[in-house]
Amino acid sequence: MSVRGETRLWIAQRASAAVLALCVLVHLATMIYAVRGGLTGAEILARTRGSGAWLAFYSVFVLAVTVHAPIGLRAVLAEWLGWRGRSRDAALLLFAMLLAWMGMRAVFGVFA
Amino acid sequence: MSATLRVRVWRGGAEGAFREYEVPRRESQTVLDVVTHVQRHLDPTLAYRYACRVGMCGSCAMTVNGQPRWTCRTHVDKVAKGDRIELAPLKNLPVIRDLVTDMREFFDKWARAKGQFRGEKKRSDDFARISPASERRKLVDAAIECIGCAVCYSACDVAAWNPDYLGPAALNRAWTLVNDERDAQQAARLRAVAGDAGCHSCHTHMSCTDRCPKALSPTAGIAGLKRAVAVAALKGGL
Repeated sequence: MSVRGETRLWIAQRASAAVLALCVLVHLATMIYAVRGGLTGAEILARTRGSGAWLAFYSVFVLAVTVHAPIGLRAVLAEWLGWRGRSRDAALLLFAMLLAWMGMRAVFGVFA
Repeated sequence: MSATLRVRVWRGGAEGAFREYEVPRRESQTVLDVVTHVQRHLDPTLAYRYACRVGMCGSCAMTVNGQPRWTCRTHVDKVAKGDRIELAPLKNLPVIRDLVTDMREFFDKWARAKGQFRGEKKRSDDFARISPASERRKLVDAAIECIGCAVCYSACDVAAWNPDYLGPAALNRAWTLVNDERDAQQAARLRAVAGDAGCHSCHTHMSCTDRCPKALSPTAGIAGLKRAVAVAALKGGL
């Protein structure tokens, strides 16, 4: 990959990390708040179904994960397994698509 | 303090074994004194490298009890485990023989990181005037005292994992030039130090900063390079 491409990936990973830091805080705080006094599936669905704010927040969360995780894994694969080059990047693109699909499927699963 | 030191010294190349020597222990003895005693009195075939003996030339670095160190300024009292010292060549560099490593790749990487100064002024031009108090000059001052001993390179995990990685010393050198207002190859240097072989591979483990005998912080320089490269990329100048 070109130096410009590598630099863009680095910027994307740092930016997505900043988004994730905020998302994880909101996610944990909401969970702790929501779980007080027990929690049922019906209660969760009552909160999430039809909630545009919830959909927007968790869509951003999933997209940030989709950007962040494969770039981090890219370095792990290179340094631990010596896997570099196009085959690695193609595999990671597939992994990113899998993350996005699974994540958004979960988000829509409790929204719709 | 025991009267003798038991010193295990690496003998051979990439393949080899430790051999043990007994060396008289003395007051204010440095690790380089120990190696020199072995070579002069016990085994003249031992290969090692040194020059200045006062921490200026950067040629005597070795792995002492598992840690890379400059041996001429390392006192035995500080590093001996009881009466034992283990000496090996620097890590992450090919071993030529015994305690001598091949430093070519290490210095070639300085060149690859565009570690050369290139000015624009001619002999007839006036001097460049750089205030010692300017921010960029202060950044240069903080990083300029590198003696090229390769202790940081030997301590670096990323250099062990990625053979193309330029390493802390070369990137530290590039950082001094990125902050040199007189230098005329800034864009090319940022391209040279970016990417998988450059600053973006650094995990900020800080082993280089922890081990640098001159108390420099290549980690800070590498972080500076990441910022400079990111700014250049966002402005379309990379």
